[in-house]
Amino acid sequence: MRKSNWLLLVFGLVLTLFLAACGDDTSSDDGEGTEGGAPEQVLNILESAQIPTMDSSQATDAVAFQFLGETMEGLYRLDENAQPQPAIAAGEPEISEDGTEWTIQLRDDAVWSNGDPVTAHDFVFAWRRAVDPATGSEYGPFMMNGVLKNAEAINNNKADVEELGVEAVSDTELHITLEKPIPYFHSLLTFGTFLPLNEAFVTEKGEEYALNSDNLLYNGPFVLIEWDPTGENPEQWTLVKNEDYWDAEKVQLEKINVSVVKERSTAVNLYNTGEVDRAGLSAEYVEKYAGTEDYKTLAEPTLFYLKLNQANEALANKNVRKAIAMSIGKQDLVDVILANGSIPATGAVPENFTSHPETGEDFREINGDLITEDKEAAKEFWAKGLEELGVDSVELGYLGGDSDVAQEMDAYIKDQLEETLEGLTVEVVSVPFEERISRNEKGEYDIQNSGWGPDYLDPNTWLEMWTSTSPYMTNNYDSEEYDTLISEANNELLTEPVKRYENFLKAEKVLMEDAGIAPLYQRSRAYLWRPSVKGVIFNPMGADFTYKHAYIEE
Amino acid sequence: MAKYILKRIGYMLITLFIIATFSFILMKMLPGSPLTAEEKVTEAQREIILEKYGLNDPIPVQYVRYLGNLAQGDLGVSFQMKNQSVTDILMSRAPVSAELGFWALIVGTSLGMLLGLIAAIRQNSWMDYGSNIISVIGISIPSFIFAGLMQFYIGVELELLPIAFWGTPQQAIMPVIALAIFPMAISARFLRTEMIEVLGSDYIVTAKAKGVSKFAIIFKHGLRNALIPLITVMGPMAVSLMTGTLVIEKIFSIPGIGEQFVNSVTTNDFSIIMGTTLFFAFLFIVIILIIDILYGIIDPRIRLAGGKD
Repeated sequence: MRKSNWLLLVFGLVLTLFLAACGDDTSSDDGEGTEGGAPEQVLNILESAQIPTMDSSQATDAVAFQFLGETMEGLYRLDENAQPQPAIAAGEPEISEDGTEWTIQLRDDAVWSNGDPVTAHDFVFAWRRAVDPATGSEYGPFMMNGVLKNAEAINNNKADVEELGVEAVSDTELHITLEKPIPYFHSLLTFGTFLPLNEAFVTEKGEEYALNSDNLLYNGPFVLIEWDPTGENPEQWTLVKNEDYWDAEKVQLEKINVSVVKERSTAVNLYNTGEVDRAGLSAEYVEKYAGTEDYKTLAEPTLFYLKLNQANEALANKNVRKAIAMSIGKQDLVDVILANGSIPATGAVPENFTSHPETGEDFREINGDLITEDKEAAKEFWAKGLEELGVDSVELGYLGGDSDVAQEMDAYIKDQLEETLEGLTVEVVSVPFEERISRNEKGEYDIQNSGWGPDYLDPNTWLEMWTSTSPYMTNNYDSEEYDTLISEANNELLTEPVKRYENFLKAEKVLMEDAGIAPLYQRSRAYLWRPSVKGVIFNPMGADFTYKHAYIEE
Repeated sequence: MAKYILKRIGYMLITLFIIATFSFILMKMLPGSPLTAEEKVTEAQREIILEKYGLNDPIPVQYVRYLGNLAQGDLGVSFQMKNQSVTDILMSRAPVSAELGFWALIVGTSLGMLLGLIAAIRQNSWMDYGSNIISVIGISIPSFIFAGLMQFYIGVELELLPIAFWGTPQQAIMPVIALAIFPMAISARFLRTEMIEVLGSDYIVTAKAKGVSKFAIIFKHGLRNALIPLITVMGPMAVSLMTGTLVIEKIFSIPGIGEQFVNSVTTNDFSIIMGTTLFFAFLFIVIILIIDILYGIIDPRIRLAGGKD
C-alpha cells in the first residue's frame, strides 16, 4: 500500500531525527555493575536538592553542610558517638582555667588539594570572613556571635575584623579567645562554618570562589568533581577519594555518585533497580518496606511542638495551655499520619541528644515524659481554665504549614483538641513557610505548629530560645524562674558542667509544668539503605552523614 | 513583512516591560526575605544582610536599579545559589527544557496528525473510534500519570529504559512520550475535524471528478488545507508544554528550568523568579510571533500588515 508506506516513512523519519538529535552522548551511566571479586567501592546516592553553595561562610542548609563535610576538614570531626575527634587539630585543645582561652596544635601533614599546607592562618581567615558584615553570611554571625570574642561587634561594624578572638601563633598553633567559656565550643568546632579556607586561593578567585568544583580547594576525605550549578548537568556530581588527605588510608570508598531526585517514587524506583544505594521514603512507602532488611529509620534530633502564644487571653491561662498540651494523641500522630519512625515528644529536648556529664544518662531519660497524652486530666485542666477565665467557649487560631503532611497533621490536631476540650473551636490556617515565619516574627498567631533543629550539641540550643529575652521568643512565655535557670547556665555555671546540666534539667521541668510549649514529636526519617553499605555515620548536627569510614561489603 | 515584524518586536518589548513591572511589584508584596536560614537569623542580623544586598532600599529605587540592569542584559545573581549568575543558570537549564519540549511537540503532533488523518479517512470505522478513544484518554489523563506508569512498568518491571536523568537518547524516550501525549491528543482531534470538513468541500469533489488519485487528494489538496488551523493551536500547545515540563522534569529528574522556577518561588529567590518569568514571557511572545508569521506564509490569503504588500 502506497499510503501506509508513506506514513511509515514520515513516522520513521521523525523517530530517527529524534534519536539522532539526542545522540552524541558523553555522560556515563552510573549503574556500573561489579564484575565478580571484591565489590567496587562506589556509593550511589540521591539528594533531594542541589548544593546551593560550597562556600563554607555562606552555607546554611543540610545539603551544603553534607558536601562540605565530605570534602573539607575542620579542627575536629564528630565520631560515631557524636564526640569531637581531632582532625586538622593534632590533639585535644589546651583550655585556660577560666575556659575562655583555647590553644590548639595543628597537624603538620594536612594539605589542600593544590599542595599548600593547611595552617592556622586558614582558620583565622575563614572565621574573620564569616563574621565580616561585607560577606553577608547568615550562619557566620549566627554561630559565632557571643561565642568568639568581638564577633558581634565586628558583625555590627563596631569593631575591626582583625579584633576577632582568633589568631595564628604559628603555622601550626591556633589561639582562640571566647566571649565566655562556652561549654559546647568543642563540638561547635566540627561545624561547617568553622572550616578553614585557603586565603590565597579564595582571594585570587574572588567572586568566582566556590561557584563550581574547579573553583574550590579541598582538604577533606573526598574531592568534588563535575559539580557546576550552571554547567551541563547541574544536578549530578561526583566525589572521589582525596589521595592527599592526611587520613587517606582510612578512606575506603573510591567514588560517590550523587544525583538530585525530588520525586520520592522515582527514588524508590531507582533503588529497586539497583541504581542507587539509598532512597528516602515518604509515609505511603513505609508500610510497604517496614520490616525489610533495607528499611532503616534515623531519629533526628529535630523537635516539633505547638507554640502557644500567651498574648492570647485564653492561652495566657496555664490550665488552658496544659489542657491543650495533654489532649493530643501523639502516638497516633506519629504512627498513622507521619508513619516514618518519628516518636512522640514529651519534653523540650529530644532524646539521644546530650547526656549527663557525669552519669552519661540521656537528658530525656533523666527528666522522663513530662507532657504525655492524658485526655481525662486535660478535661479537668480545661474546666478549671474556663472557670478562671469566666467563659464557656474559646476560639483559637491555628497557624500551620501548607504541605500535604502538615495539613493532614493540623486537621488531626484540630480534631483532637475540639473533641477533647468542649467549647473549644480551632481555626486552622495553612500558609507557606515564608508566610509562617513572617507571622511568627510579628507574633500573629494563637497556636503555631513549629519545629527546631539543633545548632550545637548542648541542651542550650533547645532551651535558651524560650527565655523571655530571646530574639526567637514570639509566644510571650515569661517565667522568671526559667530565665534565671538558663541565665545561670550561660553565665556563672559555664565552668561547672554538672550543675549547669542540672539547671537545664530543672528549666525543662519548669517549661513543661507551665506548658510554655506543647511538644508534638521528634522527627525520624525513613530510608531504604542497601545492606551492603557499611560504616556510614549518622550525625546529630552538621552534615547528616559521614562517609569517611563507609565501605561496600561483599 | 519586515515592517510588520519590527512593529511586533516593538510591542514585544513593551509587553516585557509591563510583565517585568508587574512581576516586580508582586514579588515585593510577598512575605519574607530570600534569606536561607530565616527562622534562625535574628532581625538585627537580617538587616545587615539585606543592607548589603540593597534590599533595604525603597522599592522604587530597587525597581529602577533592576530595570537598569535588565536593560544591560544583567539578570543579577541568585540568592539561594550563592553568587551564581541568573543568566548562567537559565542558559544551562533552558536548553534541556527546550529540547524536551521540542521533541514532545514534534512527536506529539506527528503522531496526532497520523491518528487524526486515519480517523478522517476511515471515518466511523473501528480505526476512527480507536483514534478517538486514544485522544480522549490523552486529553483527560494528566501527563504525570503516564509518566509514573511508564516509569514503573517500562523502567522498573521490564527494565527496558532508564528510570530517570538526562543525557542519553534512551533517557529521553519516556519523558518525551509522557509529555507528547497531550499535544498528540489535541492535534488528532483537531486534524480529524478539519480533514473531514476539507474532504467534504467542493474543490475536493471537483478533484475527485477530474480523476485525481486518492493519494494526491488526501495529501496534496486535503492535508495542506487542513493543517493551517492546526498551526494556530500549536502556540497554546507549546505554552502548555512549558508548564507541563515542570512536572515531568521533576518525575524524571531532568535538570530543566521548571524545577528551578518552582524552587525559587518557594524560597523567595527574587532574581531567579524575575529571570525565569521574563524568560518564559519572552519565549511565549516569540512563539506567537513565529506562528503569526508562519500563518501568513502557509496561507497567502492572510495579510499580515494589511494594505497590499
